Amino acid sequence: MKLSSVLAAIGLMLGLAVPVAHAADISGAGSTFAFPIFSKWADLYKKETGNGLNYQSIGSGAGIKQIQAKTVTFGASDAPLTTEELKKAGLVQWPMVMGGIVPVVNLEGIKPGELVLDGPTLANIFLGTIKKWDDAAIKKLNPSLTLPATAITVVRRSDGSGTTFNFTDYLSKVSATWKADVGAGASIEWPVGVGAKGNDGVAGNVGQTKNAIGYVEYAYAKQNKMTYVNLINKAGKTVSPTIAAFQSAAANADWANSPGYYQILTEQAGEQSWPITAATFILMHVTPKDADASAEAVKFFTWAFKSGDKTAEELDYIPMPASVVSLIEKTWATELKLK
Amino acid sequence: MSSSEIANTATVDKNGSLARARVLRSMRWGDVLFESLTRTAAISVLVLLGGIIISLFIGAWPAIKTYGFDFLTTQRWAPSLKPQPVLGALGPIYGTLVSSLLAMVIAVPVGLGISIFLTELCPHALRRPISIAIELLAGIPSIIYGMWGFFVLGPFLAEHFQPAVIDFFADVPVLNVIFAGPASNLSLFNAALILAIMVLPFITAISRDVFATVPVVLKEAAYGAGCTTWEVVWNVVIPYTRVGVIGGVMLGLGRALGETMAVAFVIGNAFKIKASLFAPATTISAAIASEFAESDGLHQSSLILLGLLLFVLTFMVLTAARLMLMRLERNQGK
Repeated sequence: MKLSSVLAAIGLMLGLAVPVAHAADISGAGSTFAFPIFSKWADLYKKETGNGLNYQSIGSGAGIKQIQAKTVTFGASDAPLTTEELKKAGLVQWPMVMGGIVPVVNLEGIKPGELVLDGPTLANIFLGTIKKWDDAAIKKLNPSLTLPATAITVVRRSDGSGTTFNFTDYLSKVSATWKADVGAGASIEWPVGVGAKGNDGVAGNVGQTKNAIGYVEYAYAKQNKMTYVNLINKAGKTVSPTIAAFQSAAANADWANSPGYYQILTEQAGEQSWPITAATFILMHVTPKDADASAEAVKFFTWAFKSGDKTAEELDYIPMPASVVSLIEKTWATELKLK
Repeated sequence: MSSSEIANTATVDKNGSLARARVLRSMRWGDVLFESLTRTAAISVLVLLGGIIISLFIGAWPAIKTYGFDFLTTQRWAPSLKPQPVLGALGPIYGTLVSSLLAMVIAVPVGLGISIFLTELCPHALRRPISIAIELLAGIPSIIYGMWGFFVLGPFLAEHFQPAVIDFFADVPVLNVIFAGPASNLSLFNAALILAIMVLPFITAISRDVFATVPVVLKEAAYGAGCTTWEVVWNVVIPYTRVGVIGGVMLGLGRALGETMAVAFVIGNAFKIKASLFAPATTISAAIASEFAESDGLHQSSLILLGLLLFVLTFMVLTAARLMLMRLERNQGK
């Protein structure tokens, strides 16, 4: 009985191992932000083609390290590498999918989209120089709202994250003080506030704390029906976080003239552009160790660009605009050496 | 077995004695094998420990080289500063020590109270249910404590407990700084409270077990001499079991110092040291858990150095406990 069950288990393991060995193994690692869409795409792709994708969401920094060490077929990072870094590591980079970062508040009597902030004011709140909700700078932007004379509780991420990188990159662009004193990064020295773990942690803590402000991915703000803040963009227009506003930011970025697609999508031009838009970048080797796996990965990305848009939007991600996709496909053809 | 007996059996049955010698020899081999197996197990722990220390040291070396002793006295934690990050461990060390000590201040009296009640005062019918409930507390994974602290305890304390305490101590010097506002869902105090709940079962279970070892004769003699329950506990039970109780407390302290997930959820992860217990802080393990995934270079090396410091800190606490126990034992001998 025991022996037979052991044999059965071995048989099962072999049985399972065979199809895995046959399928082309695409492995990727990195961005936790892009994990939900990658796993959904992988699911659909597997159903259509039978080829699997194994994606480990270990964080952008770790993803870059993994692709540099050639342990995965592709890496995914929320912050692009510079041209020099790409050249040094022999990597090709392109943006795969986008998301928006949205300031959210918990203020009694204020509905989503009612509160308006501009970049410098947002930076001063996160710097701790604006301490109360009825501060003159906030009042000036919101003459019609009655704001409480209470202290602002700042909620931010405690874990290193691409969301924080893009949010602080935006604050660095709109506030010289922020740029000089704090800077942009996945983990930074926060002047004020409490740290919560992950997007869900920030969303949960803002939801529980009266008079709090935080920043989360668009998907979390939308799914938790949080009170998002409207922002004033580079063109001086007040915009709401919508898919159209995120795509406008991507469309206004000058991808064609940025080697290695080095574009951070915060504070882009365009009347409709949402100022804190972010992209996840894919990193692959120019001459990969396993050319077959890389070719399979490119097939997967081609499929994702062609038929993954609807899925992305369902999960509140923003697909790349068609103009950018055709640029990327040209890059694959010219730069990747897959035999 | 004496030599004459061996000689006797040898004359009675030569073959039998040979067989016996063989069996004995093989048994000796068994002993040798057993000894070397257990020795290997013991040595492998040492090797493992040494390996961990060495690899921590190698990983931490860039940070040690860059910051030296300043790492221990710097409060800034700015991993993204250009051109080079400024990193110091003072905030996490402070948070680790204060949250653990505060947890012990809360958990030790409560834990001892529970075990005194269980061994001296509790009706028999209640004894088992209370014991089992406390042991179950030890079996709850720390992430559950973290989530409970984040979603339930934190908001409750911030809404009801903290404002009351802040108001109450508003005019008392010193205490109005330690319990200064504003109230916060995530704070050093909340972390200490969660830690206290987590170490409570350790302290209770061990002190209950050692209280049960007090000879009944001693207690009955004290009661016979007219002592109250309090006097029996204070003058007979606790002195008799002091070493064991301290051992339990140290075990709890060890757990509190290293606890990661629950603390990372509720402490608010702020590196700046604030005088108020109701302000967010961070601990060594919470800082490592939060930042390691997205770290590289000097930042990652500094996180590994933090790990090494926690190692040293825990070792120092355990050594201090050992020394204290040794002194107690010597004093008892007098």
